[in-house]
Amino acid sequence: MLNLPIYLDYSATTPVDPRVAEKMIPYLVEKFGNPASRSHAFGWVAEAAVEEAREEVAKLVNADPKEIVWTSGATESNNLAIKGATHFYSGKGKHLITVKTEHKAVLDTCRELERQGFEVTYLDVKEDGLLDLEAFKAALRPDTILVSVMFVNNEIGVIQPVAEIGQICRDKGIIFHVDAAQATGKVTIDLSTLKVDLMSFCAHKTYGPKGIGALYIRRKPRVRLEAQMHGGGHERGFRSGTLATHQIVGMGEAFRIAREEMDAENAHIRKLRDRLLKGLSDIDQVFVNGDMEQRVPHNLNISFAYIEGESMLMAIKDLAVSSGSACTSASLEPSYVLRALGREDELAHSSIRFTIGRFNTEEEIDYAVKLLHEKIGKLRELSPLWEMVQDGVDLSTVQWAAH
Amino acid sequence: MAYSVKVLDHYENPRNVGSFGKEEEGVATGMVGAPACGDVMKLQIKVGKDGVIEDAKFKTYGCGSAIASSSLVTEWVKGKTIDQALDIKNTQIAEELALPPVKIHCSILAEDAIKAAVADYRKKHGEH
Amino acid sequence: MFAPVYFDHNATTPLAPAVLEAMLPWLTAQFGNASSRHEYGRAARRAIDEARARVAAAVGAHATEIIFTGGGSEANNLFIKGASACLRPGLLAVGATDHPCVIKPAEQLTQRGWLLRKLAVDGEGRIGTENFLATLAQKPGIVSAMLANNETGVLQDLPALAEPARAAGAWFHTDAVQALGKIPVDFRALNAAGVHAMTLSAHKIGGPKGAAALVLDKRVELEPLIAGGGHERGLRSGTENVAAIVGFGVACELAVHGMAEAAPRLAALRERLERGLLEIGAILFGAGAERLPNTAYFALPDFDGETLVAQLDRAGFAVASGAACSSANPEPSHVLRAMGVAPELARGAVRVSLGAANTAGQVEDFLKTLQATVAKLRRLTAIAV
Ligand SMILES: Cc1ncc(COP(=O)(O)O)c(C=O)c1O
Ligand SMILES: Cc1ncc(COP(=O)(O)O)c(C=O)c1O
Ligand code: FES
Repeated sequence: MLNLPIYLDYSATTPVDPRVAEKMIPYLVEKFGNPASRSHAFGWVAEAAVEEAREEVAKLVNADPKEIVWTSGATESNNLAIKGATHFYSGKGKHLITVKTEHKAVLDTCRELERQGFEVTYLDVKEDGLLDLEAFKAALRPDTILVSVMFVNNEIGVIQPVAEIGQICRDKGIIFHVDAAQATGKVTIDLSTLKVDLMSFCAHKTYGPKGIGALYIRRKPRVRLEAQMHGGGHERGFRSGTLATHQIVGMGEAFRIAREEMDAENAHIRKLRDRLLKGLSDIDQVFVNGDMEQRVPHNLNISFAYIEGESMLMAIKDLAVSSGSACTSASLEPSYVLRALGREDELAHSSIRFTIGRFNTEEEIDYAVKLLHEKIGKLRELSPLWEMVQDGVDLSTVQWAAH
Repeated sequence: MAYSVKVLDHYENPRNVGSFGKEEEGVATGMVGAPACGDVMKLQIKVGKDGVIEDAKFKTYGCGSAIASSSLVTEWVKGKTIDQALDIKNTQIAEELALPPVKIHCSILAEDAIKAAVADYRKKHGEH
Repeated sequence: MFAPVYFDHNATTPLAPAVLEAMLPWLTAQFGNASSRHEYGRAARRAIDEARARVAAAVGAHATEIIFTGGGSEANNLFIKGASACLRPGLLAVGATDHPCVIKPAEQLTQRGWLLRKLAVDGEGRIGTENFLATLAQKPGIVSAMLANNETGVLQDLPALAEPARAAGAWFHTDAVQALGKIPVDFRALNAAGVHAMTLSAHKIGGPKGAAALVLDKRVELEPLIAGGGHERGLRSGTENVAAIVGFGVACELAVHGMAEAAPRLAALRERLERGLLEIGAILFGAGAERLPNTAYFALPDFDGETLVAQLDRAGFAVASGAACSSANPEPSHVLRAMGVAPELARGAVRVSLGAANTAGQVEDFLKTLQATVAKLRRLTAIAV
């Protein structure tokens, strides 16, 4: 039986895997102690669980558990990494480099630093959404102290060349931060070989709970940070505040499952993604956004030309998908990520992000394909742009009465 | 986004979708908005000799509220003189469809479409 | 099975069963991201709105005044750092017995040109009015003083502090993390008296760890601590922790509703406990001041707190030495030092903080155990000597 709406928005957030939930619940009930309580078993039990989870997180990315600091999510990790390192190394320079297609958690943090007097270069991406390494090298300055590039893009799923960027940064002694919120469980991450200094994670994109994340802080060579939250000195002073044991346990379990099941899961998801793409291939004027090779199998971001995204979402309300990025809220702006790819506005306004995950089935994909066929026809009947194009009008020559 | 029942009704069963033949007698077209803004509305009116709007059709590229606003407007202008049609205000559209504040501009677009269609009619018929 | 008695409710509390029940759907079937526009997302958004209304109602605030954060420490940091970022650097005053997550960010600000004054307290832990007024004469931009202390349970007379602070033109913040659910906390009344912001935390009131709030008078301008995405009116970005926020809402409601019944019961248990402690020769801290009904803080001269606590743990009682939130550092409590307690005595400090499930029988057992422990330790030290 199909359960409607069908969830195809795994990049916004994932369900908590039942195995994860099961492991969390005891830490909400009988094992409720504060892991900072040093004087009794309630505290020790919680602390042991926190450390076990830290090991699981470290294992997924081949790091040392001592390099993992808990946070409330990737947003906080990005803030801590970028502001913390920039402030610590501000004596060495005042220039940062990032990319226009980064998540708001990175972009807004960089804007804040600009207001404080730092200079930030926001690099363009190529039409396929990938960073141009030559352009990147050209942007480096003698006073560049930090580079922040995401591993996997949340809207179009493309995988940035972090290994190459990392090597360039290491050669020049520049701190390299990677937002890997969308990467865990989808691509192999080996921090023993990647030249990455700081890496942000969160649980809720990898079948763990919301409200918990981590920051990887390299020890060799050692990276320093200014803490952003001060207090009891938790997390070796990097981040004060009571640790949410159950959420941490959930993240550990989610990352364990990701490590053990990633290969099989990716194969399953790739099959579904290909089925969806194939199912839509006979529709006119449908474009995939972002490179298809350097891309996680979970993501299909498609522009249905001449249909506006929000009306499309309304038409396919049996599918829980997103247009633009769901992590950022209710703005009516077309996606800045698609704009950065140089997509014409009508295509940027017409994009739908399908993100496939652990619990999707073939039957669900087939339903989606059928529904999309129906609705696209109906909406194009309604579209004055489609009519004009059918009449042979070149839309780029039209004088629009923009409001 | 939560839509009102009326928006949903117009969205699911849009009234008067389509286009008139360009050379049809008394037809005028208003096209407003731009793909860059994510909304383009085309409203056509067919005006009789007596200056009364006999028929109207629309096509809209835009969100559900924009589609509903233009669908509603095609119903409202029918039977009105062009001057009466110009009295339709976006606030009435927004109220009828219970549009939330972020969607008010969709109703403004519909009002603009009426104005544009009437202006086109007057241009074609030498009225001022 | 051996189940120790939990006497450390100021460190954290067990989840109320109804809270768990309210949270579970949001950890399973209802997993949407509250920013998503589809039904999964909208359901999450509604749940957050409802929780916001519950938290607001529990403290007499308006729902739009609630900013959810990931913890009380974060909320305190948000206020101290966020408000200071919008003001010209000047004088900043915080209670000398405030929690480290108020004092430490305040100390950080001294690197940005702020001058920090720690507000002195009397022997019972109360901020002295005369000193305070002298500080106000120097026009501090920000004042933060906690409502209830986590170690001693001692309450500050906030209106007496906030009213003159407002007259002096300061933003006034209070950390009410320990007060919520134990004594009435009314933000409207506090706000009328000149309190502009207040910190709450779920895990101290039978809610989950991972949710907390800053209650904020909207006239106060704040820079966010965590940017990116614009959640919580731009003051706290990051995907909302729906389950924990829902739990926080329900916990607030339960705690506040249950208070009329629980507070006198806990006060009676605490009274019995302290009578027994005095008989054993304990010295009580802050007992001369108005206090939370659940907290007893004491030392037995000549006994190290860590040792006592370890012995008590072995005997099945979970208590704290000093504050759990900052148990990471073994220094004697800064609270007791500020109260003028001698370091040797302060090192002996033990905190018992009672909660909903504790009984009179447990208190009696505890006293007996403590007496036996003391006797045993005395014998051991006697032998050692
Ligand atoms: C790439 C990326 N970075 C950061 C975040 C924010 O992380 P969190 O939801 O844990 O705050 C998200 C999604 O929300 C994301 O997709
Ligand atoms: C008075 C007080 N303020 C703040 C905190 C910190 O809150 P949280 O544990 O939610 O970070 C605590 C305890 O941890 C506390 O007792
Ligand atoms: S047409 Fe732009 S949001 Fe309605």
